[in-house]
Amino acid sequence: MTPYDPGPDVVEVQRGPQPGGPSGVYRAFGETLRGMKTVFANLIEGTTTIQYPEEKVPVYPRFRGRHKLHRFEDSGLEKCVGCSLCAAACPADCIRVVAAENTPDNRVSAGERYAAVYEINMSRCIFCGYCEVACPFDAITMGHDYELSDLNRSDLIFTKEMLLAEPLERTPLRSEGE
Amino acid sequence: MTSFASTVYAEEWWIQLIKAVIIFTVGLSIVPVILIAERKLLGRFQSRYGPNRVGPYGLLQPIADIGKLLGKEHSRPHTSVGLLFVIAPILSILTAVAALAIIPFGPVVDIGGTPVGLYGLDVSIGPLYLFAFGAIAFYGLMLGGWSSGSKYSFLGAMRAAAQLISYEVSQGLALIGVIMTAGTLSLVGIVHAQEGMWYVIPQIVGFVIFLVAGFAETNRAPFDLAEADAELVQGYMTEYGGGRFASYYFAEYINMLIVSGIVTTVFLGGWLLPFGIDPPHWVDPFVVLAKMSLIVLLFIWIRATLPRLRYDQLMSLGWKVLLPLATLNALVTAIVVVSQ
Repeated sequence: MTPYDPGPDVVEVQRGPQPGGPSGVYRAFGETLRGMKTVFANLIEGTTTIQYPEEKVPVYPRFRGRHKLHRFEDSGLEKCVGCSLCAAACPADCIRVVAAENTPDNRVSAGERYAAVYEINMSRCIFCGYCEVACPFDAITMGHDYELSDLNRSDLIFTKEMLLAEPLERTPLRSEGE
Repeated sequence: MTSFASTVYAEEWWIQLIKAVIIFTVGLSIVPVILIAERKLLGRFQSRYGPNRVGPYGLLQPIADIGKLLGKEHSRPHTSVGLLFVIAPILSILTAVAALAIIPFGPVVDIGGTPVGLYGLDVSIGPLYLFAFGAIAFYGLMLGGWSSGSKYSFLGAMRAAAQLISYEVSQGLALIGVIMTAGTLSLVGIVHAQEGMWYVIPQIVGFVIFLVAGFAETNRAPFDLAEADAELVQGYMTEYGGGRFASYYFAEYINMLIVSGIVTTVFLGGWLLPFGIDPPHWVDPFVVLAKMSLIVLLFIWIRATLPRLRYDQLMSLGWKVLLPLATLNALVTAIVVVSQ
Protein backbone atom coordinates (compact mmCIF):
# COMPACT_ATOMS: atom_id res chain seq x y z
CA MET A 1 0.00 0.00 0.00
CA THR A 2 1.23 3.41 -0.90
CA PRO A 3 0.86 6.18 1.70
CA TYR A 4 -1.33 8.15 -0.71
CA ASP A 5 -3.99 7.14 -3.17
CA PRO A 6 -2.41 7.03 -6.62
CA GLY A 7 -5.73 6.92 -8.40
CA PRO A 8 -6.74 4.75 -11.32
CA ASP A 9 -3.64 5.63 -13.43
CA VAL A 10 -1.39 3.31 -11.50
CA VAL A 11 -1.45 -0.31 -12.64
CA GLU A 12 -0.62 -3.23 -10.40
CA VAL A 13 2.59 -4.84 -11.62
CA GLN A 14 2.92 -8.60 -11.96
CA ARG A 15 6.07 -9.42 -10.05
CA GLY A 16 8.35 -12.37 -10.61
CA PRO A 17 9.02 -14.80 -7.76
CA GLN A 18 11.31 -13.52 -5.03
CA PRO A 19 14.88 -14.81 -5.11
CA GLY A 20 16.18 -17.14 -2.44
CA GLY A 21 15.06 -20.40 -0.91
CA PRO A 22 15.25 -23.84 -2.49
CA SER A 23 12.95 -22.85 -5.36
CA GLY A 24 15.18 -19.87 -6.03
CA VAL A 25 18.19 -22.14 -6.26
CA TYR A 26 16.31 -24.43 -8.63
CA ARG A 27 15.26 -21.51 -10.82
CA ALA A 28 18.76 -20.04 -10.82
CA PHE A 29 20.15 -23.39 -11.93
CA GLY A 30 17.61 -23.74 -14.74
CA GLU A 31 18.13 -20.20 -15.92
CA THR A 32 21.88 -20.76 -15.92
CA LEU A 33 21.45 -23.75 -18.20
CA ARG A 34 19.20 -21.69 -20.47
CA GLY A 35 21.81 -18.94 -20.62
CA MET A 36 24.53 -21.45 -21.43
CA LYS A 37 22.40 -22.77 -24.29
CA THR A 38 21.95 -19.28 -25.69
CA VAL A 39 25.65 -18.57 -25.49
CA PHE A 40 26.47 -21.85 -27.17
CA ALA A 41 24.04 -21.02 -29.98
CA ASN A 42 26.18 -17.93 -30.63
CA LEU A 43 29.20 -20.17 -31.02
CA ILE A 44 27.39 -22.35 -33.56
CA GLU A 45 25.99 -19.37 -35.44
CA GLY A 46 29.41 -17.95 -36.16
CA THR A 47 30.79 -14.46 -36.07
CA THR A 48 29.09 -11.31 -37.24
CA THR A 49 32.05 -8.96 -37.15
CA ILE A 50 33.69 -7.47 -40.23
CA GLN A 51 37.47 -7.60 -40.35
CA TYR A 52 37.79 -3.96 -41.27
CA PRO A 53 41.00 -3.27 -43.13
CA GLU A 54 40.53 -6.45 -45.17
CA GLU A 55 36.75 -6.40 -45.45
CA LYS A 56 34.76 -3.23 -45.86
CA VAL A 57 31.10 -2.45 -45.64
CA PRO A 58 30.12 -1.11 -49.08
CA VAL A 59 28.93 2.49 -49.05
CA TYR A 60 25.66 3.72 -50.52
CA PRO A 61 25.73 5.75 -53.76
CA ARG A 62 24.71 8.89 -51.89
CA PHE A 63 27.39 8.41 -49.22
CA ARG A 64 29.20 11.69 -48.59
CA GLY A 65 32.89 11.03 -48.50
CA ARG A 66 35.92 12.96 -49.72
CA HIS A 67 35.15 15.65 -52.33
CA LYS A 68 36.05 15.38 -56.00
CA LEU A 69 36.54 18.20 -58.52
CA HIS A 70 35.55 17.40 -62.08
CA ARG A 71 36.69 18.18 -65.60
CA PHE A 72 34.70 18.15 -68.81
CA GLU A 73 35.25 14.77 -70.35
CA ASP A 74 35.55 16.01 -73.94
CA SER A 75 37.70 19.13 -73.59
CA GLY A 76 39.48 18.31 -70.38
CA LEU A 77 38.72 21.78 -69.02
CA GLU A 78 37.86 22.19 -65.37
CA LYS A 79 34.21 22.65 -64.53
CA CYS A 80 34.97 24.99 -61.64
CA VAL A 81 34.77 28.66 -62.57
CA GLY A 82 35.96 30.00 -59.25
CA CYS A 83 32.65 31.54 -58.20
CA SER A 84 33.24 30.76 -54.49
CA LEU A 85 29.60 29.80 -53.93
CA CYS A 86 30.79 26.57 -52.29
CA ALA A 87 32.97 28.56 -49.91
CA ALA A 88 30.01 30.78 -49.10
CA ALA A 89 27.75 27.80 -48.48
CA CYS A 90 30.25 25.93 -46.34
CA PRO A 91 29.13 26.00 -42.68
CA ALA A 92 32.52 24.85 -41.47
CA ASP A 93 34.33 27.47 -43.52
CA CYS A 94 36.82 24.96 -44.79
CA ILE A 95 36.92 25.86 -48.52
CA ARG A 96 39.25 28.52 -49.85
CA VAL A 97 38.92 29.68 -53.47
CA VAL A 98 41.07 32.26 -55.20
CA ALA A 99 39.80 33.02 -58.71
CA ALA A 100 41.83 34.16 -61.71
CA GLU A 101 40.94 35.24 -65.26
CA ASN A 102 41.22 32.80 -68.10
CA THR A 103 43.37 34.10 -70.96
CA PRO A 104 43.37 32.70 -74.52
CA ASP A 105 46.81 31.14 -74.07
CA ASN A 106 46.04 29.87 -70.54
CA ARG A 107 42.55 28.43 -70.60
CA VAL A 108 41.88 26.33 -67.52
CA SER A 109 38.12 26.32 -67.17
CA ALA A 110 35.18 26.64 -69.49
CA GLY A 111 33.96 29.94 -68.06
CA GLU A 112 35.45 33.41 -67.80
CA ARG A 113 37.40 32.75 -64.66
CA TYR A 114 38.91 29.71 -63.02
CA ALA A 115 40.01 28.70 -59.53
CA ALA A 116 43.68 29.45 -59.23
CA VAL A 117 43.65 28.12 -55.68
CA TYR A 118 41.07 25.62 -54.49
CA GLU A 119 41.71 24.14 -51.07
CA ILE A 120 39.54 22.11 -48.74
CA ASN A 121 40.68 21.67 -45.17
CA MET A 122 39.56 18.11 -44.47
CA SER A 123 40.24 18.47 -40.75
CA ARG A 124 37.46 21.08 -40.60
CA CYS A 125 35.07 19.66 -43.18
CA ILE A 126 31.90 18.18 -41.69
CA PHE A 127 30.89 16.37 -44.91
CA CYS A 128 27.49 18.05 -45.05
CA GLY A 129 27.48 18.23 -48.84
CA TYR A 130 26.31 21.87 -49.02
CA CYS A 131 29.18 22.69 -51.40
CA GLU A 132 27.86 20.10 -53.80
CA VAL A 133 24.38 21.63 -53.57
CA ALA A 134 25.67 25.18 -53.97
CA CYS A 135 27.80 24.50 -57.07
CA PRO A 136 26.04 25.78 -60.23
CA PHE A 137 28.24 23.69 -62.54
CA ASP A 138 28.43 20.34 -60.69
CA ALA A 139 32.14 20.95 -60.47
CA ILE A 140 32.43 19.58 -56.94
CA THR A 141 30.76 16.39 -55.75
CA MET A 142 31.09 14.24 -52.69
CA GLY A 143 33.02 11.03 -53.38
CA HIS A 144 32.98 7.72 -51.51
CA ASP A 145 36.38 7.71 -49.89
CA TYR A 146 36.26 7.88 -46.12
CA GLU A 147 39.77 6.79 -45.18
CA LEU A 148 41.21 10.23 -44.67
CA SER A 149 43.48 9.93 -41.66
CA ASP A 150 46.92 11.40 -41.90
CA LEU A 151 49.93 11.93 -39.70
CA ASN A 152 50.02 15.67 -40.15
CA ARG A 153 47.35 18.35 -40.02
CA SER A 154 48.82 20.24 -42.92
CA ASP A 155 48.55 17.09 -45.03
CA LEU A 156 44.80 17.24 -44.59
CA ILE A 157 44.50 20.46 -46.59
CA PHE A 158 43.58 19.06 -50.00
CA THR A 159 44.72 21.15 -52.95
CA LYS A 160 43.03 21.46 -56.32
CA GLU A 161 45.41 18.92 -57.87
CA MET A 162 44.57 16.37 -55.20
CA LEU A 163 40.85 16.93 -55.58
CA LEU A 164 41.01 16.75 -59.37
CA ALA A 165 43.05 13.54 -59.46
CA GLU A 166 41.22 10.25 -59.86
CA PRO A 167 40.87 8.94 -56.31
CA LEU A 168 42.14 5.50 -55.43
CA GLU A 169 39.31 3.01 -55.50
CA ARG A 170 39.51 1.75 -51.95
CA THR A 171 35.88 1.90 -50.87
CA PRO A 172 33.45 -0.64 -52.28
CA LEU A 173 30.21 0.84 -53.57
CA ARG A 174 26.93 -0.81 -52.77
CA SER A 175 25.26 -1.96 -55.94
CA GLU A 176 21.64 -1.24 -56.82
CA GLY A 177 19.14 -2.93 -54.52
CA GLU A 178 21.81 -4.29 -52.17
CA MET B 1 54.37 -43.02 13.10
CA THR B 2 53.43 -42.28 9.53
CA SER B 3 55.60 -39.89 7.67
CA PHE B 4 54.21 -36.69 6.19
CA ALA B 5 54.14 -37.92 2.63
CA SER B 6 54.47 -41.64 2.66
CA THR B 7 54.39 -42.91 -0.88
CA VAL B 8 53.29 -46.42 -1.67
CA TYR B 9 56.85 -47.26 -2.58
CA ALA B 10 60.06 -45.28 -2.71
CA GLU B 11 61.04 -44.03 -6.13
CA GLU B 12 64.59 -43.22 -7.08
CA TRP B 13 65.45 -39.53 -6.79
CA TRP B 14 66.21 -39.24 -10.50
CA ILE B 15 62.81 -40.68 -11.44
CA GLN B 16 61.15 -38.09 -9.24
CA LEU B 17 63.26 -35.37 -10.81
CA ILE B 18 62.33 -36.40 -14.35
CA LYS B 19 58.68 -36.68 -13.40
CA ALA B 20 58.74 -33.24 -11.81
CA VAL B 21 60.32 -31.70 -14.89
CA ILE B 22 57.81 -33.35 -17.22
CA ILE B 23 54.75 -32.46 -15.14
CA PHE B 24 55.75 -28.85 -14.67
CA THR B 25 56.80 -28.42 -18.29
CA VAL B 26 53.48 -29.75 -19.50
CA GLY B 27 51.51 -27.97 -16.79
CA LEU B 28 53.11 -24.61 -17.41
CA SER B 29 52.94 -24.84 -21.18
CA ILE B 30 49.23 -25.61 -21.01
CA VAL B 31 48.61 -22.19 -19.44
CA PRO B 32 49.26 -20.16 -22.64
CA VAL B 33 47.07 -22.65 -24.51
CA ILE B 34 44.25 -22.02 -22.03
CA LEU B 35 44.84 -18.27 -22.38
CA ILE B 36 44.38 -18.30 -26.14
CA ALA B 37 41.57 -20.85 -25.99
CA GLU B 38 39.73 -18.68 -23.50
CA ARG B 39 40.07 -15.50 -25.52
CA LYS B 40 39.15 -17.22 -28.78
CA LEU B 41 36.17 -19.01 -27.28
CA LEU B 42 34.93 -15.94 -25.43
CA GLY B 43 35.06 -14.15 -28.75
CA ARG B 44 33.09 -16.86 -30.52
CA PHE B 45 30.57 -16.98 -27.69
CA GLN B 46 30.02 -13.27 -28.26
CA SER B 47 29.82 -13.56 -32.07
CA ARG B 48 33.28 -12.11 -32.67
CA TYR B 49 36.64 -13.58 -33.60
CA GLY B 50 38.87 -12.92 -30.62
CA PRO B 51 42.57 -12.31 -31.21
CA ASN B 52 43.47 -13.17 -34.80
CA ARG B 53 46.42 -10.96 -35.71
CA VAL B 54 49.53 -12.44 -34.08
CA GLY B 55 50.68 -15.58 -35.86
CA PRO B 56 48.38 -17.98 -37.70
CA TYR B 57 44.82 -17.47 -36.43
CA GLY B 58 46.22 -15.32 -33.64
CA LEU B 59 47.67 -18.37 -31.92
CA LEU B 60 50.83 -16.57 -30.83
CA GLN B 61 48.89 -13.91 -28.92
CA PRO B 62 49.64 -15.30 -25.42
CA ILE B 63 53.35 -15.50 -26.25
CA ALA B 64 53.24 -11.87 -27.33
CA ASP B 65 51.35 -10.91 -24.17
CA ILE B 66 53.74 -12.74 -21.89
CA GLY B 67 56.72 -11.27 -23.72
CA LYS B 68 55.28 -7.80 -23.36
CA LEU B 69 54.61 -8.23 -19.64
CA LEU B 70 58.05 -9.67 -18.91
CA GLY B 71 59.71 -6.85 -20.82
CA LYS B 72 58.12 -4.19 -18.65
CA GLU B 73 59.70 -2.20 -15.89
CA HIS B 74 59.41 -3.52 -12.32
CA SER B 75 57.97 -0.49 -10.64
CA ARG B 76 56.40 -0.31 -7.21
CA PRO B 77 54.67 2.43 -5.24
CA HIS B 78 56.89 4.30 -2.79
CA THR B 79 54.42 3.47 0.01
CA SER B 80 54.81 -0.27 -0.58
CA VAL B 81 56.63 -2.67 1.70
CA GLY B 82 59.46 -3.77 -0.52
CA LEU B 83 60.24 -7.34 0.50
CA LEU B 84 56.63 -8.45 0.89
CA PHE B 85 55.65 -6.74 -2.33
CA VAL B 86 58.20 -8.88 -4.15
CA ILE B 87 57.46 -12.10 -2.25
CA ALA B 88 53.66 -12.03 -2.62
CA PRO B 89 53.35 -12.95 -6.32
CA ILE B 90 56.11 -15.54 -5.90
CA LEU B 91 54.14 -17.10 -3.05
CA SER B 92 51.05 -17.12 -5.18
CA ILE B 93 52.62 -18.92 -8.12
CA LEU B 94 54.66 -21.23 -5.87
CA THR B 95 51.62 -22.61 -4.07
CA ALA B 96 49.77 -23.00 -7.34
CA VAL B 97 52.60 -25.01 -8.87
CA ALA B 98 53.05 -27.06 -5.70
CA ALA B 99 49.42 -28.14 -5.78
CA LEU B 100 49.92 -29.28 -9.37
CA ALA B 101 52.22 -32.03 -8.07
CA ILE B 102 49.50 -34.23 -6.58
CA ILE B 103 47.20 -34.52 -9.59
CA PRO B 104 47.49 -38.15 -10.72
CA PHE B 105 47.81 -38.67 -14.46
CA GLY B 106 47.90 -42.45 -14.29
CA PRO B 107 48.52 -45.45 -12.06
CA VAL B 108 51.86 -47.01 -11.24
CA VAL B 109 53.15 -48.43 -14.51
CA ASP B 110 56.15 -50.48 -15.50
CA ILE B 111 58.61 -48.47 -17.60
CA GLY B 112 61.61 -50.60 -18.56
CA GLY B 113 61.24 -52.78 -15.46
CA THR B 114 61.04 -49.83 -13.08
CA PRO B 115 57.67 -49.08 -11.47
CA VAL B 116 56.86 -45.42 -12.07
CA GLY B 117 53.77 -43.64 -10.82
CA LEU B 118 52.35 -41.32 -13.45
CA TYR B 119 51.94 -38.49 -10.92
CA GLY B 120 54.17 -36.05 -9.15
CA LEU B 121 53.53 -37.31 -5.68
CA ASP B 122 50.99 -39.67 -4.18
CA VAL B 123 50.57 -38.11 -0.77
CA SER B 124 48.47 -39.97 1.77
CA ILE B 125 46.69 -36.71 2.62
CA GLY B 126 45.78 -35.60 -0.92
CA PRO B 127 42.93 -33.12 -0.36
CA LEU B 128 44.51 -31.81 2.85
CA TYR B 129 47.71 -31.06 0.95
CA LEU B 130 45.63 -29.24 -1.62
CA PHE B 131 43.79 -27.13 0.97
CA ALA B 132 47.00 -26.46 2.87
CA PHE B 133 48.59 -24.94 -0.20
CA GLY B 134 45.34 -23.18 -1.02
CA ALA B 135 45.51 -21.58 2.42
CA ILE B 136 49.09 -20.47 1.85
CA ALA B 137 47.97 -18.98 -1.45
CA PHE B 138 45.84 -16.54 0.58
CA TYR B 139 49.06 -15.07 1.87
CA GLY B 140 50.17 -14.33 -1.65
CA LEU B 141 46.97 -12.46 -2.15
CA MET B 142 46.71 -10.73 1.22
CA LEU B 143 50.37 -9.75 1.33
CA GLY B 144 50.14 -8.47 -2.22
CA GLY B 145 47.16 -6.30 -1.38
CA TRP B 146 48.51 -5.09 1.93
CA SER B 147 52.12 -4.48 0.96
CA SER B 148 51.10 -2.39 -2.04
CA GLY B 149 50.45 0.50 0.35
CA SER B 150 47.28 1.39 -1.47
CA LYS B 151 43.90 1.30 0.19
CA TYR B 152 42.23 0.00 -2.96
CA SER B 153 44.62 -2.92 -3.20
CA PHE B 154 43.97 -3.60 0.46
CA LEU B 155 40.21 -3.53 0.00
CA GLY B 156 40.57 -5.83 -2.99
CA ALA B 157 42.65 -8.25 -0.93
CA MET B 158 40.02 -8.20 1.82
CA ARG B 159 37.25 -9.00 -0.63
CA ALA B 160 39.27 -11.77 -2.22
CA ALA B 161 40.22 -13.29 1.14
CA ALA B 162 36.67 -13.18 2.47
CA GLN B 163 35.44 -14.87 -0.69
CA LEU B 164 38.11 -17.53 -0.74
CA ILE B 165 37.70 -18.41 2.93
CA SER B 166 33.92 -18.78 2.69
CA TYR B 167 34.07 -20.97 -0.36
CA GLU B 168 36.96 -23.11 0.83
CA VAL B 169 34.70 -24.44 3.59
CA SER B 170 32.06 -25.70 1.17
CA GLN B 171 34.73 -27.01 -1.16
CA GLY B 172 36.26 -29.05 1.61
CA LEU B 173 32.90 -30.36 2.78
CA ALA B 174 31.96 -31.33 -0.77
CA LEU B 175 35.01 -33.59 -0.89
CA ILE B 176 34.19 -35.29 2.42
CA GLY B 177 31.46 -37.40 0.84
CA VAL B 178 33.90 -38.78 -1.71
CA ILE B 179 36.59 -39.38 0.87
CA MET B 180 34.17 -41.32 3.08
CA THR B 181 32.95 -43.43 0.18
CA ALA B 182 36.45 -44.16 -1.08
CA GLY B 183 37.84 -44.67 2.39
CA THR B 184 41.17 -43.07 1.46
CA LEU B 185 42.73 -39.63 1.28
CA SER B 186 45.18 -40.57 -1.46
CA LEU B 187 44.08 -39.18 -4.81
CA VAL B 188 45.40 -42.26 -6.59
CA GLY B 189 43.40 -44.39 -4.19
CA ILE B 190 40.29 -42.32 -4.87
CA VAL B 191 40.68 -42.93 -8.60
CA HIS B 192 41.12 -46.67 -8.03
CA ALA B 193 37.97 -46.67 -5.89
CA GLN B 194 36.03 -45.33 -8.88
CA GLU B 195 36.66 -48.38 -11.03
CA GLY B 196 33.03 -49.49 -10.68
CA MET B 197 31.36 -46.13 -11.01
CA TRP B 198 32.61 -42.56 -11.21
CA TYR B 199 31.77 -40.53 -8.14
CA VAL B 200 30.01 -37.94 -10.24
CA ILE B 201 26.91 -40.17 -10.18
CA PRO B 202 26.49 -40.97 -6.47
CA GLN B 203 28.06 -37.66 -5.42
CA ILE B 204 26.35 -35.38 -7.94
CA VAL B 205 25.54 -32.82 -5.21
CA GLY B 206 29.14 -32.82 -4.06
CA PHE B 207 30.26 -32.46 -7.67
CA VAL B 208 28.09 -29.39 -8.29
CA ILE B 209 29.07 -27.80 -4.99
CA PHE B 210 32.75 -28.44 -5.61
CA LEU B 211 32.49 -26.99 -9.10
CA VAL B 212 30.67 -23.84 -7.97
CA ALA B 213 33.07 -23.37 -5.07
CA GLY B 214 35.89 -24.01 -7.53
CA PHE B 215 34.75 -21.10 -9.66
CA ALA B 216 34.85 -18.92 -6.56
CA GLU B 217 38.21 -20.32 -5.41
CA THR B 218 39.87 -19.51 -8.73
CA ASN B 219 38.33 -16.03 -8.88
CA ARG B 220 36.57 -16.81 -12.12
CA ALA B 221 33.35 -15.36 -13.43
CA PRO B 222 30.65 -15.22 -12.09
CA PHE B 223 32.58 -14.95 -8.81
CA ASP B 224 35.39 -12.70 -10.02
CA LEU B 225 34.55 -9.94 -7.59
CA ALA B 226 38.08 -9.80 -6.30
CA GLU B 227 39.28 -8.21 -9.50
CA ALA B 228 36.00 -7.39 -11.33
CA ASP B 229 37.69 -5.94 -14.41
CA ALA B 230 34.74 -3.77 -15.26
CA GLU B 231 34.08 -1.96 -12.01
CA LEU B 232 37.17 -2.29 -9.82
CA VAL B 233 40.65 -1.57 -11.05
CA GLN B 234 42.28 -4.95 -10.48
CA GLY B 235 41.54 -5.77 -6.85
CA TYR B 236 44.56 -6.85 -4.84
CA MET B 237 46.94 -6.66 -7.81
CA THR B 238 46.16 -3.05 -8.70
CA GLU B 239 49.70 -1.88 -8.05
CA TYR B 240 51.39 -4.77 -9.77
CA GLY B 241 52.75 -4.61 -13.28
CA GLY B 242 55.04 -6.45 -15.62
CA GLY B 243 56.41 -9.81 -14.55
CA ARG B 244 54.83 -9.72 -11.10
CA PHE B 245 51.42 -9.12 -12.58
CA ALA B 246 52.13 -11.95 -15.00
CA SER B 247 52.91 -14.23 -12.04
CA TYR B 248 49.54 -13.49 -10.45
CA TYR B 249 47.84 -14.03 -13.75
CA PHE B 250 49.71 -17.27 -14.35
CA ALA B 251 48.88 -18.49 -10.84
CA GLU B 252 45.21 -17.84 -11.50
CA TYR B 253 45.26 -20.01 -14.57
CA ILE B 254 47.25 -22.77 -12.89
CA ASN B 255 44.67 -22.71 -10.10
CA MET B 256 42.00 -23.22 -12.72
CA LEU B 257 43.98 -26.15 -14.03
CA ILE B 258 44.30 -27.61 -10.54
CA VAL B 259 40.59 -27.32 -9.80
CA SER B 260 39.80 -29.03 -13.08
CA GLY B 261 42.41 -31.66 -12.26
CA ILE B 262 40.90 -32.32 -8.85
CA VAL B 263 37.40 -32.48 -10.29
CA THR B 264 38.67 -34.95 -12.86
CA THR B 265 40.43 -37.05 -10.26
CA VAL B 266 37.81 -37.03 -7.57
CA PHE B 267 34.56 -37.04 -9.51
CA LEU B 268 35.27 -37.98 -13.11
CA GLY B 269 37.32 -41.10 -12.54
CA GLY B 270 40.77 -39.72 -13.28
CA TRP B 271 42.36 -41.80 -16.00
CA LEU B 272 39.55 -44.36 -16.07
CA LEU B 273 37.30 -44.61 -19.11
CA PRO B 274 33.66 -45.67 -18.96
CA PHE B 275 32.03 -48.79 -20.52
CA GLY B 276 34.96 -51.03 -19.65
CA ILE B 277 37.30 -49.47 -22.19
CA ASP B 278 40.77 -50.32 -20.98
CA PRO B 279 43.43 -48.65 -23.14
CA PRO B 280 47.18 -49.20 -22.68
CA HIS B 281 48.71 -47.17 -19.88
CA TRP B 282 50.44 -44.62 -22.07
CA VAL B 283 46.97 -43.26 -22.94
CA ASP B 284 46.13 -42.51 -19.30
CA PRO B 285 47.75 -39.04 -19.05
CA PHE B 286 45.95 -37.99 -22.21
CA VAL B 287 42.62 -39.17 -20.82
CA VAL B 288 43.22 -37.05 -17.73
CA LEU B 289 44.28 -34.06 -19.84
CA ALA B 290 41.20 -34.44 -22.04
CA LYS B 291 38.89 -34.51 -19.03
CA MET B 292 40.69 -31.52 -17.54
CA SER B 293 40.32 -29.52 -20.72
CA LEU B 294 36.61 -30.30 -20.79
CA ILE B 295 36.29 -28.81 -17.31
CA VAL B 296 38.35 -25.80 -18.39
CA LEU B 297 36.00 -25.37 -21.36
CA LEU B 298 33.11 -25.40 -18.89
CA PHE B 299 34.87 -22.67 -16.92
CA ILE B 300 35.14 -20.55 -20.05
CA TRP B 301 31.59 -21.28 -21.10
CA ILE B 302 30.26 -20.23 -17.69
CA ARG B 303 32.35 -17.08 -17.84
CA ALA B 304 30.76 -16.16 -21.16
CA THR B 305 27.29 -16.84 -19.79
CA LEU B 306 26.83 -15.52 -16.28
CA PRO B 307 26.98 -11.94 -15.05
CA ARG B 308 28.98 -11.15 -11.95
CA LEU B 309 27.23 -11.67 -8.60
CA ARG B 310 26.70 -8.86 -6.15
CA TYR B 311 28.91 -9.11 -3.08
CA ASP B 312 26.08 -9.92 -0.67
CA GLN B 313 24.71 -12.49 -3.12
CA LEU B 314 28.14 -14.09 -3.27
CA MET B 315 28.32 -14.33 0.50
CA SER B 316 24.79 -15.62 0.96
CA LEU B 317 25.25 -18.20 -1.78
CA GLY B 318 28.38 -19.45 -0.07
CA TRP B 319 27.10 -19.53 3.49
CA LYS B 320 23.37 -20.05 3.09
CA VAL B 321 23.17 -22.40 0.14
CA LEU B 322 26.43 -24.20 -0.55
CA LEU B 323 27.50 -24.78 3.03
CA PRO B 324 24.21 -26.34 4.26
CA LEU B 325 23.97 -28.38 1.08
CA ALA B 326 27.53 -29.64 1.45
CA THR B 327 26.94 -30.48 5.11
CA LEU B 328 23.76 -32.33 4.27
CA ASN B 329 25.57 -34.17 1.49
CA ALA B 330 28.31 -35.24 3.87
CA LEU B 331 25.75 -36.35 6.48
CA VAL B 332 23.67 -38.38 4.05
CA THR B 333 26.79 -39.99 2.61
CA ALA B 334 27.97 -40.86 6.12
CA ILE B 335 24.66 -42.50 6.96
CA VAL B 336 24.67 -44.48 3.71
CA VAL B 337 28.29 -45.56 4.16
CA VAL B 338 27.72 -46.66 7.75
CA SER B 339 24.48 -48.52 7.01
CA GLN B 340 26.04 -50.56 4.20
